[in-house]
Amino acid sequence: MVLRHLMSPLDLTVEEMDALLSLAGRIEKDPKKYAHVCDGKRLATLFYEPSTRTRLSFEAAMLNLGGTVLGFSSADSSSAAKGESVADTIRVISCYADIAAMRHPKEGAPLVASMHSLIPVINAGDGGHQHPTQTLTDLLTIRELKGGFDGLTIGLCGDLKFGRTVHSLIEALSRYDGLRFKLISPAELKVPSYVKASLKTKGIPYEQSERLDADTMAGLDILYMTRVQKERFFNEDDYIRMKDFYVLDREKLAMAPKDMYILHPLPRVNEISVDVDDDPRAAYFRQARYGVYVRMALIMTLLGIEEPA
Amino acid sequence: MLNIGAIKEGFVLDHIEAGKAMRIYHDLKLDKLDCTVAIIKNARSAKMGRKDIIKVECPVDYLDLDVLGFIDHNITVNVIKDEEIIEKRQLHLPKKVVGIIKCKNPRCITSIEQGLVHEFLLTDEKKATYRCRYCEEAYRGER
Repeated sequence: MVLRHLMSPLDLTVEEMDALLSLAGRIEKDPKKYAHVCDGKRLATLFYEPSTRTRLSFEAAMLNLGGTVLGFSSADSSSAAKGESVADTIRVISCYADIAAMRHPKEGAPLVASMHSLIPVINAGDGGHQHPTQTLTDLLTIRELKGGFDGLTIGLCGDLKFGRTVHSLIEALSRYDGLRFKLISPAELKVPSYVKASLKTKGIPYEQSERLDADTMAGLDILYMTRVQKERFFNEDDYIRMKDFYVLDREKLAMAPKDMYILHPLPRVNEISVDVDDDPRAAYFRQARYGVYVRMALIMTLLGIEEPA
Repeated sequence: MLNIGAIKEGFVLDHIEAGKAMRIYHDLKLDKLDCTVAIIKNARSAKMGRKDIIKVECPVDYLDLDVLGFIDHNITVNVIKDEEIIEKRQLHLPKKVVGIIKCKNPRCITSIEQGLVHEFLLTDEKKATYRCRYCEEAYRGER
């Protein structure tokens, strides 16, 4: 792959995506083999807003590959506080590092960075717009747990209106064959019409439901739970009413198929009860681990690093 | 009837919605061109009631008229050479619109980044939908 940036999961063709996920799978099986492939390489983490999980998983990924990291974790501790533009910041960082991961509250900021950068730029989340490495993490988790994507029935539950991870995941999965979706949400938080229109155009079957019960869980291969985010609501009462709409607890899980895995982008609040954590179907912490492997594969791919023999 | 002399080479932009001529004057950057421009406002029109017309005397390869397709594809573009209409150009929706309209999404990087030119891409030709290149928000403002 020539110098490329990653702004959206769909920047990668299906073949490139499969190659990346396969590499991530091989790294997971034998991480030691890749422990020095990035010796002497530096990752800059440019985080204009706090994000513990994403930043640390990028840093862990680079350290696991033998590289080093530098960067900042809030706009206050960067020259953005002095009014420096994104374009100028990345021009300078290009002199210090080999690859950059950028999170920014403004949508499109990583794209602006990529236009002025001499090094690959990874979008690590830009406002409510894109978060491609979360989608790659979700895809790797599903692929590793289920052995592929074709023919799966995927349930998505919770805030399907504002949750960008859900929209990106549906879009990315829609490129594979024979999938079905079950969209489970309160009426006020249904998936936007453009997402449904896209599914219809591609002839992908989907069902909508407001209840998370035995009927809706029947036949599911994956149940992807999401958090209802407080900051999306203008009215506190609406938030309080909807945050408890779906709680997956042990009793509810007893009605689910035995081979259905539960995913969640984390952090969770109360939508997955802690008494579910020990169930072998609870895969959300494994998902966080896959997030590191997929970022390792992405860093290697964007830096054009050959796989060790 | 107001008379404006014929032009040797240039364009006559006819059937402009009444009141939009000045906007087009600026969007085509005619203020930056050192050539003769006539703007006729509120001319009588059998088809439209009132319309605006712009006449520009300049070499025919001087102007990029793509943006007109975005503003109003019903505008008639007459290309003039040797005082004759040599072509009636059909307008199409341009693939992108650069530096003409602004993204109104307050969460978009264009709201804070210095020197960043606003750019919109045609994402749905049937619905004439343009989306900001940076945040992908659809443009819903005036054309």
